[in-house]
Amino acid sequence: MAKKQDVKISIKNLYKIFGPKADLYMDAVKAGLSKSDLLEKHHHVLGLDNVSLDIPARGIQVIMGLSGSGKSTLIRHINRLIEPTSGEMIVDGENVLSMDAKTLRDFRRFKASMVFQKFALLPHKNVAQNVAYGLNIQGVKEDDAKKRSLKWIDRVGLSGFEKRYPSELSGGMQQRVGLARALATDADILLMDEAFSALDPLIRTDMQNILLDLQTELHKTIVFITHDLDEALHIGDNIAILRDGAIIQKGTAPEIILKPSDDYVADFIKDVNRARVLKVRAVTTKKKITNGPKIEASQTIENALQILAKSKFNSAIVTEGGEIIGSVSLEKMITTIARPKANEDAHGAYS
Amino acid sequence: MASDSLIDWDKHNWIAPPVMGRGELRDIKKGIDGSFRSFTREYGEGIEDFFEPLLEFLVFFEKLLIATPWPIIFIIFGGLTWLGSRSWKMVVGTILAFSIIGWLDMWKDTMATISMVSVCTLLCIVLGIPVGIWMSRSDRVQSFILPVLDFMQTLPSFVYLIPVVMLFGIGKIAGLFAIVIYAIPPIIRLTNLGLRLVDKEVLEAADAFGAGKWQRLMGVQFPLALPNVFAGVNQTIMMSLAMVVVAALINVRGLGVEVLRAVQNQYLTLGLMNGLAIVAIAIIFDRVSQAYGKRLQKHRTGGHNG
Repeated sequence: MAKKQDVKISIKNLYKIFGPKADLYMDAVKAGLSKSDLLEKHHHVLGLDNVSLDIPARGIQVIMGLSGSGKSTLIRHINRLIEPTSGEMIVDGENVLSMDAKTLRDFRRFKASMVFQKFALLPHKNVAQNVAYGLNIQGVKEDDAKKRSLKWIDRVGLSGFEKRYPSELSGGMQQRVGLARALATDADILLMDEAFSALDPLIRTDMQNILLDLQTELHKTIVFITHDLDEALHIGDNIAILRDGAIIQKGTAPEIILKPSDDYVADFIKDVNRARVLKVRAVTTKKKITNGPKIEASQTIENALQILAKSKFNSAIVTEGGEIIGSVSLEKMITTIARPKANEDAHGAYS
Repeated sequence: MASDSLIDWDKHNWIAPPVMGRGELRDIKKGIDGSFRSFTREYGEGIEDFFEPLLEFLVFFEKLLIATPWPIIFIIFGGLTWLGSRSWKMVVGTILAFSIIGWLDMWKDTMATISMVSVCTLLCIVLGIPVGIWMSRSDRVQSFILPVLDFMQTLPSFVYLIPVVMLFGIGKIAGLFAIVIYAIPPIIRLTNLGLRLVDKEVLEAADAFGAGKWQRLMGVQFPLALPNVFAGVNQTIMMSLAMVVVAALINVRGLGVEVLRAVQNQYLTLGLMNGLAIVAIAIIFDRVSQAYGKRLQKHRTGGHNG
């Protein structure tokens, strides 16, 4: 991997117990009381179980898990819509969890904005007013707020709809408003809670591409919650998998696909189209060869296989930014994209 | 009487529940009455002085309405109907109703009733909405206020009128109390309900963007609760109109006085005419405020801003 990125958000030993006497059971949970025991014996729900995660700046961190895994709870701790039972949430060196009410308000106004699964637009305000909402809260002057919100409405492709009300828009359009509203505040952290999950597949892909397009230019720190693995692999620079409130694996997309940490993750990824997700870089060996087509390391294996098949060679030269960094063989690529039968296979393919 | 002879109560005194001693009961009643009377003597004047400005306003507003030439009243009420409902039919209906009321010589009483109902409704809104807001913010407060509201709506108005009349004498202030106590519960209830029904996710969004408590309440929660709040205002108007006859009993001028006179003397036509005038006012107020309430939630049906 490239040089170590600076950490924007650092989550440290975060616990959340839901229930009236949460504090009472904190020590017991830290000492190893299980989620099911806590529920059965004490009727408290363990929402987050010792979550620690460093989220790098200017990248897209996906947090993935099935429903009930605690992912929405986790993202709400970042801007403290939910109070933790124990732990730290350091953003830019400052602990969000120890902020007073005013500092926290300013943090939410200027530092982190949010996009919601069910859009959560203000139904009594039109598109322009919705997008300007964060700016109004910040206290930006009316004219300025209008100008800035119109710019973002244009950027998400909703020009001409400024005067419409949310109820007049389709789901995809509503979420564009939600995205524009979050971007308009110029916060450098964007929290997206299953932002595209309520949209139908075609619109979802559309929105993912809009987000990626914007990101190449904006370089925000995006925390993206999803239950959809394809979505996670498509947009995530880093992925963390959450189960029962605990992170069971974190890493880049190839790391997770090639080296699932346990059966749960392996089961999760078994139906992924590996050729389309994995990049040539992941299967490159240092062995230098002289004959063969040149393939960029950032290409997907799917593309590389096409190129190699047409070239009549068995191996290709792998380049990165024009420089040769190694080679890759046809056989290696094919064995890598095969669906793993069990854990060991997956590990084997990576070594 | 038959019921007396059915049971020999002296023999079978176990049938009815045990009763407190007659003397003790009388002492309790006397004690409470006496202490309230001395309270009235002590503070009655001060309390009366406190409500003096309100009384003056009531008198002034009534005089103003009665002294205003009828064409101006027509224009004002017609205009208000138009602003509320945006319907020419309703404007014509309003003008027609007031013409008939005037033609049948009920103009002054109608103006007096409208003035009383308007002031009471205004007072209910000013007092009721903050209480409703307070209630919506805390389940504790809600569980405390809800039974009080039940009390206010079910306690026969004459019962709470006794201390009020002892304090203020009969007249407008006592009438105002009677009406406000009876008519304020719906606006409190519906404000509370409306605020509680606002979509939690929208409120969370307001929080996530760093809205302060006041910004969240006034910018998001209250506007979204408005249709319900307005239903409360509508109910409050209707209920204060229902109380004008009771108010007439304690000497509040208006259509109720004539209804009362008709009841006492069995004047069928007089009673019917004044009763129908109350109905006409009620229908106008109801339709206009409902139409306004509906227009407030246009955004929900996807229509353009009217």
